Amino acid sequence: MTDTNMKILVVDDFATMRKIIKNILKKLGFQNIAEAEDGVSALEVLKKQEIDFIVSDWNMPNMSGLELLKAIRSDEALKDKPVLMVTAEAQKENIVEAVKAGVNNYVVKPFTPETMKEKIDKIFA
Amino acid sequence: MNVEFINPFIKTTAEVISTMAFIEPAAGKPYRKKDQSAGGDVSGLIGLVGEKITGSFAISFTESCIRKIVSNMLEEEIDEVNQDILDAVGEITNMISGGVRAKLQEMGHNFKMATPSVISGKSHAISHITEGPVIIIPFDTEKGPFFIEACLNEKKKDK
Repeated sequence: MTDTNMKILVVDDFATMRKIIKNILKKLGFQNIAEAEDGVSALEVLKKQEIDFIVSDWNMPNMSGLELLKAIRSDEALKDKPVLMVTAEAQKENIVEAVKAGVNNYVVKPFTPETMKEKIDKIFA
Repeated sequence: MNVEFINPFIKTTAEVISTMAFIEPAAGKPYRKKDQSAGGDVSGLIGLVGEKITGSFAISFTESCIRKIVSNMLEEEIDEVNQDILDAVGEITNMISGGVRAKLQEMGHNFKMATPSVISGKSHAISHITEGPVIIIPFDTEKGPFFIEACLNEKKKDK
């Protein structure tokens, strides 16, 4: 069973979308949630706080979700952190690109709390 | 514009609004746009740039309609057009763009990713990035209508 006490970092450039994702995570029982507005600030949070799981948007200014994922995988201290990519991009080549970069799972917007739960459970199974 | 392109817009828009806001919008009959003005008060616009086909689409919400949609999305009452609404319209535009591009890809048309822009204000105009007919698909909800505008054309060959 997925540990609902783990600390999750939600990364999205839109505050509204962060709020929506946080609401969904709270419905699924997760209470320990940090936020970042792009890849650059996410990396800062990851270096300062003990984060167990990253939920990141793809299309963001400064540093995209894919660039963030690559930065996490190439950092000795962060490389094993599970990452769930949340994106509106459902085209095959995008999914392939994220998988190649080492994403743990992928959820296409719009999604229901049930879909989010399935994706998270698969990561922590 | 190829009529086969209309269905992906209708289907994706209904999916996005019903999944995010728990509202089932009713699609009306598509028609050709006659002037520049948007049907709604807050609109999202995004480019659809492909190898063979290029253009843009917009979604324009009446104020009462988008207030209800975003109130449902955020699970809090929103009584004015604020930053949350502008953000949400950008996000909805992005999600519809992603879904439509995935469906058009199944029909053999690839498009690049793009970033939406959001326009608000009574009687604002929407300018699509390419010339050619703009098709409007009206949708109705119990809190008022919203409109999809789609403009997709074959790319002109380079000289």
